[in-house]
Formats: sequence, structure tokens, C-alpha cells
Amino acid sequence: MGSFLLKRSGVMLLTALCLTFIVFFLTNLDPNLEKLTKSEGNQRMTDEQVENWLVKNGYRQNLFKRYGEWLGVAPGWTRTDADTGKTTGRCIRGGIAPEEAASFCGLLQGYWGHSLVFKEPIGGIIIKKLGLTGWLMFWVMIAMVPMALFIGVVAGMREGSKTDRTLSTFSIITTSTPEYVSGVILIVVFASRLGGLRWFKGTSASAMDSITFENFFLPVMALALYGMGYIARMTRASMAEVMTEQYIRTARLKGLTFRAVVLKHALRNALIAPFTVIMLQIPWLLTGVVIIETLFNYKGFGWTLVAAVGNNDIELMMAASVVAVLVVLITQLISDIGYVFLNPRIRVS
Amino acid sequence: MERLTGFEILGQVMWNFAPVWIALIVILAASVHFRSRLGLYGKLFDSPIGIAGLVLVLFWVLTAIFADQIATFDALDQISGMKNKKPGWPVKGQEGMFYILGGDNLARDVFSRMVYGSREVLVIAPAATLFAFMVGITLGLPAGFYGGRMDTILSFVANLVLAFPVILLFFLLVTPEIRADGPEFQLWGGQKWIASVPNLMALFLFLFPIIFFVVLWVSRLSTQPRKLAIYLAVTLVLGTWAYLGLVFNADPLGLFYMDPNLLNIFVSVVFVNSPTVYRIVRGVTIDIKTRDYVAAAQTRGERPWYIMLWEVLPNARGPLIVDFCLRIGYTTILLGTLGFFGLGVSPESPNWGQTINEGRKLLSLYPHLALPPALALMSLVLGLNLLADGLREESLKD
Repeated sequence: MGSFLLKRSGVMLLTALCLTFIVFFLTNLDPNLEKLTKSEGNQRMTDEQVENWLVKNGYRQNLFKRYGEWLGVAPGWTRTDADTGKTTGRCIRGGIAPEEAASFCGLLQGYWGHSLVFKEPIGGIIIKKLGLTGWLMFWVMIAMVPMALFIGVVAGMREGSKTDRTLSTFSIITTSTPEYVSGVILIVVFASRLGGLRWFKGTSASAMDSITFENFFLPVMALALYGMGYIARMTRASMAEVMTEQYIRTARLKGLTFRAVVLKHALRNALIAPFTVIMLQIPWLLTGVVIIETLFNYKGFGWTLVAAVGNNDIELMMAASVVAVLVVLITQLISDIGYVFLNPRIRVS
Repeated sequence: MERLTGFEILGQVMWNFAPVWIALIVILAASVHFRSRLGLYGKLFDSPIGIAGLVLVLFWVLTAIFADQIATFDALDQISGMKNKKPGWPVKGQEGMFYILGGDNLARDVFSRMVYGSREVLVIAPAATLFAFMVGITLGLPAGFYGGRMDTILSFVANLVLAFPVILLFFLLVTPEIRADGPEFQLWGGQKWIASVPNLMALFLFLFPIIFFVVLWVSRLSTQPRKLAIYLAVTLVLGTWAYLGLVFNADPLGLFYMDPNLLNIFVSVVFVNSPTVYRIVRGVTIDIKTRDYVAAAQTRGERPWYIMLWEVLPNARGPLIVDFCLRIGYTTILLGTLGFFGLGVSPESPNWGQTINEGRKLLSLYPHLALPPALALMSLVLGLNLLADGLREESLKD
């Protein structure tokens, strides 16, 4: 088990490095840097001035060196101006004297950079926004997982029955309805003049201060419905497979009730596969979160990502990407480990 | 003129789709009649889910084909005084003409835009899925068959792409800036080609269909040099022609051409889909290569690529066909997501995702703007998913 964990973590680390480097490369393409320069300086800078500014601020070093600086494994650049004798550098900022500034300042040292859009240190923004999105994800999980498991177990319990057909069709419909479609339909039905119901609010801006049933129900449902269908179908397949096993037949033959067979013998074995699916569903929800937060104007992590991309806020984009990549990789790791732990048939030596 | 009532609107919509209904009935009647000779497709008519899926998919395919006959206006026509008008509103000055599903905020016909939107999706989604399959099959077969170091490296790269949050990849990869960035190369005839990230990806990914077919023919026809020469010549001429047109935009006849916007979207979607196809093909290959008929082929002394392409691949068709349907649906959703964020589409295109995004801003006042494209997208994806389910059920019965 130990070597398995070690190997998986090693691969994960390598993947994280590769992915963040790709993101770093893509966010630091020339046109993006030029846009950044012009928004920092002024819009009428000549190409030469832009180039000068980029050289002066360390953007024209080797890409790998800059990635190292950003990560915090390479020393930050410093530069002494020949005319004024003033020293500037990556780590010299906010009134710190050049001699006292640290030589390394990157992700590993806890320095995430400064946001152009929010005019704040990025570390704080990310934590705040992740908190908001955390609430959204929490309620989505609360709504989605029990609903999906219930539908899957009931459908898979008696394969081919009318209940099974109805529930399976329902889960196919929900997997066919991406968030931007279900969000629109839910708003029209429950929050517009046409639907006439007006039970809920079509925007969740107020949920950032206090979450209520009225302002949070629609975004949670839109996200939960799309993710639910897939988990339900996996649970159904797993349940249906377990129900054909020999030990289920034995349990039935020794006279247990159908209810006892399902609850005591089938359920535990049938829930191994859905566990991995649920974990792997979290990175998938990320796309949904971006869509839903945009649609419902809930200014969480997804909304921040859109804002960062829209405003060419390179450092914020990088920080958001790191978080997104980490979320994906950690959930993958948990799902792998969980699968091994839960399944008695798999032994990792 | 009076505004149409709800009932009349429904009638108008049905009437406008008349070419689709006629074609649908003809196709279904013919299919049911010849079902015993149609293999897996014919068996689809045994499952209600399969039929429902087929009808929905055919409906949208036919809508895309007959879009010019169905749409009452052009997708870009703006008629003054029709801004945000409710469904069934009569068009001023044109007797008997209505905006059946209302007008959008630029006074364009919502119904016609929805109909033309089907073309956008149904051209790109199946083509992109097909390309993803070519890439996935060409790499997945040897990875599963040989295993070893190649498998390790390819699987690592595939997992790398899969670990990339899709939405982030789109935000970074589908931008106007990225298309213009890179060293420029002079081509013949004064054409220029920029080695930007999407162009380089196209350069790489579009090679795979050519490689696939060349290997397919070489492995099969190596004993019939004359036939092989003909097949290879046709593949290479057609392939190179399309390749030059699509990748370098340098088709001398101008037949193969892809708008840089579209190329960017296309390449990104293929890139996102290929690793999953690779994983499926690899998994199925590992399973199938232990079968007896593979051992028999090996004993006969067949070459590895013959076994992979002519023994393993045909026997893996069941899961692959099912996944193909599912993947077109998923690609449709991805294209909608791209449109929703306005990535890589021209602002006036009737793309469903983009129309939903425009409509959502006025959703509580004018729900008729976003609802038709939303329902259209949903029904197409639903059709594809049901079709995949029906196919899975029928292929398992074999």
C-alpha cells in the first residue's frame, strides 16, 4: 500500500508540474503580455516601449526560468538600473528594501501575486472565492448524491422492470441537459413571468451574503441534475450486476426477504463503483460551476476564473488554474485509494 | 394583423417542418421494411428507446439538411419593429408572415436562428468526433496491443489531457490572440502560415486520418500490390489535398477550407475528446488480444498491424459505436459551452450556445429568446444518448 501511494503521488506531482507549465506557457503568450503591458502602462505605447517595459519587469527571461521563479524554486530576478542606481526585482515590492527582500518568492513560499482586476493579493481572493464555491458544491453534493444513489439502487434492484425503465429514462434525460440548458429552463419555469410560479430567484447574487432556499435552490438543482444522471446510471449498472451474483441468490434461497437481501447483502457491494464515480464527478462539476456561477451571477471561484480570463489577469488565471488542477488530481487520487480500500478483491502489494 | 395564438404557433411550427416530417416518414418506413437486412441498425427497431433516439437524431439531421426550406427568414435578417417581440408576432408590411417564436434583441427571427443553428452543430460535432476517433484508435490500438514503454508514455499524456479542466483548456486555447501568435512561414502563392498553437495542433492531429487509412490498406493488401497502389494513391491524393486545405489553408482549388475561428474550435474539441477514445480503445484491445482468433491470426503469421486493424478493431466495434453516439452528444454540449462563453464564434452566428447566452440576460422578461435553442440542444443530445442506449442494448444481445 505504501509504495502504491508513493508511486501515485509521484505521478500526480509530475502531472501537476506539466499542467501548470502548460498553463503558464499559454497565459504568457506574447499577445497576452503585450495587453498586460498596455494596461499597466498606457494604451498608446509603441512596440519599442512595450518591449522595454517587458525587459525591465523580467518578462523577457527564459520561459523555464520564469516558471521556476513563479513556482518558487528559482531565485527571483533583480535588476539595477544603470542610470538611477535603483534596484528592482520580483521579490522587491511594497516598500521592502532590496537588501532585505527574499531571494525566492513564488507559489511554494506562499506568494501568489497581485490581481489586476481586484487590486488585492491573490491568495486572499482565492480563499474567499473558494469558500463561496465550497458552499455551492456542498449543497450540490447534498442534493445530488442521495438522489442519484436512490434512483440507481431502486432502478438496478429489479432490472428491466417498469420502475427501472422510467428511472433510467429520467437519468438519461438529466445527463442530456447541460447546466446552461437546465439553468435556463429552471429560471423560466420557477422564476419568470412566463412560468408564472416565481417561487425562486433567478439570481444568486444575494446568496453570497446569506444562503436561503429561495436564492440558492435553482443553481444547486441545475448543477445537481446534470451530474446526477451519470452517477445514477453507474449505480444502476453496479446494482444490477450485484443482483445476479451467486451470494444474492443464496441469501434469497435461505429465505431472507427481498428487502433484507437488498439492504444487507447487495447495497454495500453495489456502492463501491459509484464511490469512484462520485469522486471523479467533482472535477466535472468544475465546468458546471463556471457556467452556473456566470448564469446566476454568484461571484465564486468559477466567476473569478471567467473574470480573470476576460481581463487578462495573468497571475489570477495562474492561481485559479493551480487550484483547478489540484482539485482534479486530488479527487483522482482519493478515488483510486478509496477504490482499493473499499474493494476487498483488489490487493495492492 | 392579429398575433398568433398558442395553438396557431404550434401549427405554424409543425407546418414549417413539413419537409422533415415527410423525409422522416420515408426513411423510417424504408428502414422498418428492410430491417432484417440492415444489421445492427435494423435491430434498433426492436427497442423503443432506440427508436425514440433515432427519431430525435434524424429530426435534427433532416432539419440541418432542409434548413433553407424550413426557416422563414434568414438567420441574420433584422426587421425593424420586431425587437424582443413575443412569439407569433406578425411582421409589418409582409402579409401572412410571422415571427413564429418571436424576435430577439436584434430583431431577428428566433425560429429561423434555431433552425440554422442545427447546421452549425451537426457539421462540426460528428466531424470532430470522427477525427477524435481516428486519433484515439491509431494510438490506442498499439498501446493496448504492445503495452510496454509506449503504452506508459501515451497513457501518461492521455491522463495529462484528461486531468486538465475542460473549461480552463477552452479559455486558454480558444482565443483570438493565440491564433495570431507564432513565427510566420511563407507558403507558395503568397500564402502565409502562422505556427500558432492551434495551427500546430491541427498540423499534428489532422495527420492521423491519413496515417490510419494508409496503415489500414498496407496491412490488408500487402499481397495485392496493384490494388494496394490504387487504394494508397487515392488515399494519399485526397488526404494531402484535404490536409493542405484544412491545415495550411492552401488548397489550390479552394474546396477544403476552414475558417481560423472554426479550426480553433475544431482542434480544441478533437484534442479534448481523443484521450478518452484512446483509453476506451486501449482497454478493449487489452481485453480482445487474449481471444482465440487473435492467437489463430498470430499462428498464421499475420503482422501485428493486420491483427490490430482487421481482427481486433472489427470485434471492438460494439463499444466504439455506442461511444461514438455518446461522444457526439458530449461534443454538442462542449460546443454549446464554447458558444455560451462566446469563445471562437462570430457574434452573429446562430450557434445555439451563443443564442442561449444572449437570451439569458433578458430571461425574466423575454424567456422566448433562450428557450428554443436550449430545448433544441437538449433534444439533440437526448436523442444521441437514447440512440447510444438502444445500440448498447441491441449489441449486447448478440
